[in-house]
Amino acid sequence: MSASRRRRTLLSLASVAIFLALWELLPALGLVKPLFTSSPSRIWTAAQWLFANGFWYDIWVSFSEFALGFGLAVVIGIVFGVVLGWFPTPRAMFEPFVISLYSVPRVALLPLIILWLGIGIESKVALVFLGAVFPIIVNSMSGVRAADETLVRCARSFGASERQVLLTVALPGSVPFIITGMRLGAGRGLVGIVVGELVAAQAGIGHMMARAGATFQTDKVFVGVIVLAIFGLMLSKGLSTLEARVDAWRPARK
Amino acid sequence: MARLDVQNLTVGYVMKRNQRDLTAVQELSFTARAGEFVAIVGPSGCGKTTLLHTIAGLVAPQQGQIALDGRPIDGPGRERAMVFQSPALLPWRSVLRNVAYGLELQGVARRQAEGIARECLALVGLADFAESYPGELSGGMQQRANLARALAVQPTVLLCDEPLSALDAQTREYMQAELQRIWLERPTTTVYVTHHIAEAIFLADRVLVLSASPGRIKADLAVDLPRPRSLSVQRTPAFLALEERIWSLLERPAWLGANDGSAAR
Ligand SMILES: Nc1ncnc2c1ncn2[C@@H]1O[C@H](COP(=O)(O)OP(=O)(O)OP(=O)(O)O)[C@@H](O)[C@H]1O
Ligand SMILES: [Mg+2]
Repeated sequence: MSASRRRRTLLSLASVAIFLALWELLPALGLVKPLFTSSPSRIWTAAQWLFANGFWYDIWVSFSEFALGFGLAVVIGIVFGVVLGWFPTPRAMFEPFVISLYSVPRVALLPLIILWLGIGIESKVALVFLGAVFPIIVNSMSGVRAADETLVRCARSFGASERQVLLTVALPGSVPFIITGMRLGAGRGLVGIVVGELVAAQAGIGHMMARAGATFQTDKVFVGVIVLAIFGLMLSKGLSTLEARVDAWRPARK
Repeated sequence: MARLDVQNLTVGYVMKRNQRDLTAVQELSFTARAGEFVAIVGPSGCGKTTLLHTIAGLVAPQQGQIALDGRPIDGPGRERAMVFQSPALLPWRSVLRNVAYGLELQGVARRQAEGIARECLALVGLADFAESYPGELSGGMQQRANLARALAVQPTVLLCDEPLSALDAQTREYMQAELQRIWLERPTTTVYVTHHIAEAIFLADRVLVLSASPGRIKADLAVDLPRPRSLSVQRTPAFLALEERIWSLLERPAWLGANDGSAAR
């Protein structure tokens, strides 16, 4: 590690430490109201209490909602997007729906979804799915449509069938697009979960936050925020790892 | 090896811009004997790439016919392989799997395809780079992999579209010598498009000179130089005379306007 890099790391650590210290001190000195800002030590206490009193279950519920909805969105989104991108006939048939649904805010569908699916896990799975699937479809579509024309021609010159061109040229070429779609989709899916749970749920991180917020338990709300932040961070890390793995062939950029 | 007959070929495009027909190749005929190396030169835009794509079966002719050993072709086929102007390697596949690609598309089992690919890599001098990715190769190496991929399907007709045009002068000369070596090791009927007159003469048994757009055959010149040719053959009087002759036959590209006859050089 070079000296300048070590200096930067130290600076980052120091600034976080100062931030935490201020957050702790200002309410303690009575300069701000802890009801609004909470403080690191209060959050820590609240976290310990929550984890001892069934918070794991909330996390598990949110996690399974997300995993189910997002998993479905990835599979269906890639298949749909690739097919729509490659074959003009289905594209002409379905593109209007995709485009209009892509731009409708998912929250607008919330009342309908709750009406159809109730306040159990299903409605949240549906929200995550609807949030994530459209960016994945749209990005897979553009990925496939951006297939390198010279590579396509080359495959054809060797007698490749339409299916072979799709599977050996267009699909692998669209991987970076698909991952971008997954990134966007993951963000929207996470929003979907939280909104859904805040509004109508029986369990989950958002549900816990809604209850705590309604009863002015700011510390608990912050615990929820932190857990969600960690979850988002892990997700983005996971996608980066996936990207690095499927992109191993790309020569290192200097 | 197969005899290639191109008879009275006319190929055109519909231009997107104004929906007008554009004739790229007009009533063109020639025959390449089995095992013959035919080079094609002509001004830019005269339809050389179009001609190769038509022989490869990627473009349908408006008129005329192409036959291999007397059998008319219809679409791409495994007996013809094309070396494109840009290497057109799949960047996410190793060099070995790129060279095996054509075979895989034609249904050869992966294990067997990779065996053949290894032989072809050795032939083009890339045996040590089988596991590298195309992005890790130099331009000349990528072109050799491109050639190996075409050779791997053991075509009876090899079509090359300016395969060396992206290389620097020195690598280009080296690759010309390599191409001759490989072609002598594996005699294949070859149609080779190039802008480079000396390269055409050095490699070919015959050089066809095309007229400016639409392409027609303007001259058909035999190259009677013994093989194997060394690069120094380019300084012999016979070679230079032929080069001079082709220069004088070449027209200015159609889009440069009328030819005053002296601007060719
Ligand atoms: N896909 C296409 N659509 C419409 N016109 C085309 C297409 N490809 C080529 N043409 C036209 O056909 C003519 C011949 O093009 P072609 O690429 O065959 O020339 P070329 O001899 O290979 O030229 P160069 O030496 O510059 O590569 C040109 O006028 C070009 O504009
Ligand atoms: Mg060309």
